[in-house]
Amino acid sequence: MQKVLSRISQLSCFQSACLCERTSLAQQQIKRKDNQFVVFSSGQVMEFAELIKTPRVDGVVLHRPFMPTVEGTLCLTGHHLILSSRQDNTEELWLLHSNIDSIEKRFVGSLGSIIVKCKDLRVIQLDIPGMEECLNIASSIEALSTLDLLSLMYPFFYRPMFEVIEDGWNSFLPEDAFKDLESMTDEWRLSEVNKDFSVCPSYPPLVAVPKYVDDDTLRKAATFRHGGRFPVLSYYHKKNGMVMMRAGQPLTGTNGRRCKEDEKLINATLRPGKRGYIIDTRTINVAQQAKARGGGFESEANYPQWRRIHKAIERSNILQESLIKLVEACNDQSHSMDRWLSKLEASNWQTHVKEILTTACLAAQCIDREGASVLVHGTEGTDSTLQVTSLAQIILDPACRTIRGFQGLVEREWLQAGHPFQQRCAQSAYSNSKPRQEAPSFLLFLDCVWQILRQFPCSFEFSEGFLVLVFEHAYASQFGTFLGNSTAERTKLSLPEKTVSLWSWVNRPQELERLTNPLYEANSLVIWPSVAPQSLLLWEGVFLRWNRSSKCLDEAYEEMVHIIAYNKELQNKVNSLRRQLAQLETEDPLLQTP
Amino acid sequence: MEHLRTPKVENVRLLDRSSGQRKASIGTLYLSATHTIFVENNPESRKETWVLHSMVSSVERPPTIPAGSQLILRCKDFRVFQILIPQERDCLDVHTSLVRLSRPEKYSELYCLSFNPNVNKMEREESWNFIDLMADYKRMGVPNNLWVATAANSEYRVCDTYPSELFVPKTATPAIIVGSSRFRSRGRFPALSYFHQDTLAAVCRCSQPLSGFSGRCQEDEMMLQMLMKSNPGSDYIYVVDTRPKLNAMANRAAGKGYENEDHYTNIKLQFIGIENIHVMRSSQQKIIDVGEMRSPSMTDFLYGLENSGWLKHIKAILDAGLFIARAVADEGVSVLVHCSDGWDRTAQACSVASILLDPYYRTIKGLMVLIERDWVCFGHKFSHRYAHLDGDPKEVSPVIDQFLECVWQLSEQFPCAFEFNERFIISIHTHVYSSQYGTFLGNCQKERRDMRLRERSHSVWPQLWKDRAEYTNPLYQVELSQSQGVLRPNTTPYCFKMWKGLYNHTEKSTPPRQSPADFLSAVREESQQLEEELTNHQERIAALTGKPIMWEKIEVPRRRTSHLRQTHRGPDPPTTYRDTITSPAQDNGRKLSSEPANQKTPTQDPDLTLPLGPHTQLKSSNPDDLSTRSDLESGVADLSSCSSSRGDDGKDPDLGEAVFITA
Repeated sequence: MQKVLSRISQLSCFQSACLCERTSLAQQQIKRKDNQFVVFSSGQVMEFAELIKTPRVDGVVLHRPFMPTVEGTLCLTGHHLILSSRQDNTEELWLLHSNIDSIEKRFVGSLGSIIVKCKDLRVIQLDIPGMEECLNIASSIEALSTLDLLSLMYPFFYRPMFEVIEDGWNSFLPEDAFKDLESMTDEWRLSEVNKDFSVCPSYPPLVAVPKYVDDDTLRKAATFRHGGRFPVLSYYHKKNGMVMMRAGQPLTGTNGRRCKEDEKLINATLRPGKRGYIIDTRTINVAQQAKARGGGFESEANYPQWRRIHKAIERSNILQESLIKLVEACNDQSHSMDRWLSKLEASNWQTHVKEILTTACLAAQCIDREGASVLVHGTEGTDSTLQVTSLAQIILDPACRTIRGFQGLVEREWLQAGHPFQQRCAQSAYSNSKPRQEAPSFLLFLDCVWQILRQFPCSFEFSEGFLVLVFEHAYASQFGTFLGNSTAERTKLSLPEKTVSLWSWVNRPQELERLTNPLYEANSLVIWPSVAPQSLLLWEGVFLRWNRSSKCLDEAYEEMVHIIAYNKELQNKVNSLRRQLAQLETEDPLLQTP
Repeated sequence: MEHLRTPKVENVRLLDRSSGQRKASIGTLYLSATHTIFVENNPESRKETWVLHSMVSSVERPPTIPAGSQLILRCKDFRVFQILIPQERDCLDVHTSLVRLSRPEKYSELYCLSFNPNVNKMEREESWNFIDLMADYKRMGVPNNLWVATAANSEYRVCDTYPSELFVPKTATPAIIVGSSRFRSRGRFPALSYFHQDTLAAVCRCSQPLSGFSGRCQEDEMMLQMLMKSNPGSDYIYVVDTRPKLNAMANRAAGKGYENEDHYTNIKLQFIGIENIHVMRSSQQKIIDVGEMRSPSMTDFLYGLENSGWLKHIKAILDAGLFIARAVADEGVSVLVHCSDGWDRTAQACSVASILLDPYYRTIKGLMVLIERDWVCFGHKFSHRYAHLDGDPKEVSPVIDQFLECVWQLSEQFPCAFEFNERFIISIHTHVYSSQYGTFLGNCQKERRDMRLRERSHSVWPQLWKDRAEYTNPLYQVELSQSQGVLRPNTTPYCFKMWKGLYNHTEKSTPPRQSPADFLSAVREESQQLEEELTNHQERIAALTGKPIMWEKIEVPRRRTSHLRQTHRGPDPPTTYRDTITSPAQDNGRKLSSEPANQKTPTQDPDLTLPLGPHTQLKSSNPDDLSTRSDLESGVADLSSCSSSRGDDGKDPDLGEAVFITA
């Protein structure tokens, strides 16, 4: 505790330093204070100062597409690249080092340029006078942007300058979600079998399972599922009581192992005489091949009450390649129409979007139209599985289309469900380093949500901006929400105590106002998106965001907001007059004419 | 009527393939002299489907199946109907009738000459004067001391496909005009299309010169010199040949071609590379096929889109327009545009340039004026291109389709710049093909005069104008920058999309797609009613209290924010940071109230700060009072119930309200 307190006081010291930077950019001070801070805490963390060879260069020119160039002073701090013209009311660039995906150096005479490519897909260029300065800055950025140690990440140093109304870390706890479930059905219970993360390291400590299945059965079923990910409840469809569950692949192996407990567990979710569907997100071939590595799929013989359907959502490395190709196509302005369309096609990104949406629609259809329960899994059950289960909920459950409901969905189906954000989002589309476990699974999910939002522009409480915001923060953030790979890791890092949640920031009136879709009209229906290729578009808000001017689209958005705001204001006004009038009429008996 | 083999067939099944209908409906098929009409048997809906014969582009008869004989009706607006008729004999009769009816041989068979939209003679004559081109020339500042009207082409003596009234440089004498016209394909000499007042530069149009390999013409050379001179600001002109250079060179062998830069002083020749009508025809067929593909894979679709080449052609036309607009607006240099005959690609390039240069052409009336000038009057061959009569299929080509699509693509990039919506563009498209009105009939002004169309048919423009409320873009704001000045679109390939509104009516999603534009139009309409009601209430209160009316301005500050904000991840929360860079422009909060501002205005009604839902007040009013309520109030009840249905069900009411109270 003592340690935490002392840490906080240091952090506030750092904060004030940063504030100085921002307001007056008193460079001497920064350096001193920054150093001071680093030295002060060198017992715990390494010295950022060692990595910063040149903390400050004057006369740097910043180029960004569709924006005026800015000349100013470049500063490097432990977590930020800052460029300021040091004039009032001019824009300053603050870039998190963790947002930098890769850099390139170019030299023309003594003028060096660094091209900075970010994880949010933006590309900027910094012209730096002086070869040595340029090299120093480049190597510092490279070092600072590739720090692997989680505890050095900015969220641990960030102190909010806003009032936290509601701590986002406590907003979406499994026990609270379960209370909602309890109000609808008593067929489920909250199991503590994974309390110490020993049964399934990627699951949260509390999971919802069928009421009459005991913890021993769960433990045994876990040994039969990839990563210990035994079938758990993902979604309960209030309308007809059907459920969606998710799991890892069954470990049948080549000799067709079976597990009675696993069968018992999922059969417990079926109504008498009813059949369920197992949606395997892999093709039958891929699933067959998985047997050789100990994985597999549920055989008809052992699961007679279940019908298995195979879909074709690609694996992580293929998706990452697809993202890289797509972004490359979007960034090349010299294409002819033919070349652009053929590169767009070759990237296969839109194919992935279509495939994922189709599978999600299938799951939703089984539940809503066929009145059947569904179990979804792929291989690990941490990527394609979550895409399908979360999108199916967007389709089926109007609550997931609200701002808060969507946060809850991301918490439940991605963060708590153990999507390894740290691994998947370590690199984005520009990185030169060898890909490890990176994959745009989450970005694809957001893209699919955007496709549905575009088709049903009045049915979502949030606007496109919210999806873009979530995308950005998943890749680089001052908030701790997307750090770590699982609840276990987050608990170990004490993220809830040491960092601020993204939701703490989002769930404040002024932010919510900005993220609200002005067209929203609560729509309690199931919404079935079209998955025809003609209906699926490239998500311009992410992929073309930096490649064209947004002025006219912004203007249109503003106009839309204004039309609706004006209407509401008029309504209020008319209502108040109506009241005033009614009052006047009752006061004046003479007016009660026949 | 003599072509009608059978007027009515019962127990017919109809499937509207283009609207994504999956189950055929059963009903009765009627054939009239002008329409195919299908009436559903279902007593609840009795839905009627009307298809104008002139909109039918083909009638196919696939092999008979056990259930009956089939017909497939393909329409010029890309709708596709599948019809199943129990008796083969009936089917044969319908087929023969439709084939004949959909391919009229003479103008007199056309619908527009029998169509009577219930207006009298006077109104009809007036309808033809609805668009006044001379007024538009005046609006752009012509005639002036540089450009004058010429009588050279009165009675279509010099060029029979040109209008009789034309503007040319002041110095161009009839002799020069006639000389130049002899050196130009079909006599289409250089004439003014658009004059840009700001720079005094002009967009002119003509056809290709009859130069062959070495031919020249002194009058034509002088004519171009005069074009250049009539723009005091520059010492050269651009000659934009919209064809691919190879095509232009090939034309030289036929005694045609392009201007030799050695013979003309001070011209800069620019080739753009828009393909010819035959390429465009087959390209459109391919994109129609793409739109009709049933459950294609993403690869099939994108490959089909690429393979059709359609978007490439749209881009070429937009690039041509952009080149002209930039020359005129940015460089202040006049441009002479031509292709081969100067009535297809030239019309496209000139009209796109006008849209980019002049905000007037982005209004409902303005687009009508533009089409009337650059297409109808300058002799775009409507009847040939859009197959109004049974004729040479090689003459058919979607030339104006492409222009309209350019306008649509622009409206996607500049959502607030156009007064009209997509529906308006599609309506024009339909009317170009339907020959329901006389406006687009014939191939040039002279033909229309000879047919006495003004006496025998009606103009489409007043009809469209009458329905303008339906065609209005709710986001259009005259004050916004994109609604003023020159548009500079981005023509990088990724800025072009397939126009689904035209080529793919099917979008199978339930509940049906929501349209933000329609939603906003409804909100704006409601706001107008509320404004009226506000005035009424204020008057009523003033009458009751005996106090003067307190006119109040309703103002809502504009939110200065982009919908995709650049988030800042510094130590400061982005909110406070943002304010320092973009100072919220308070003065930009526009006054929207249509009420006359009273001197005593500004005090805000304190009631406004109470976040009371509208319905709560309604409930509180005594139901017994209903009898005393005026009609006005019952209208009010409707509105408030409508507004409450917008519903705060899902969202925090405080937040919803808080936004608007900060006024």
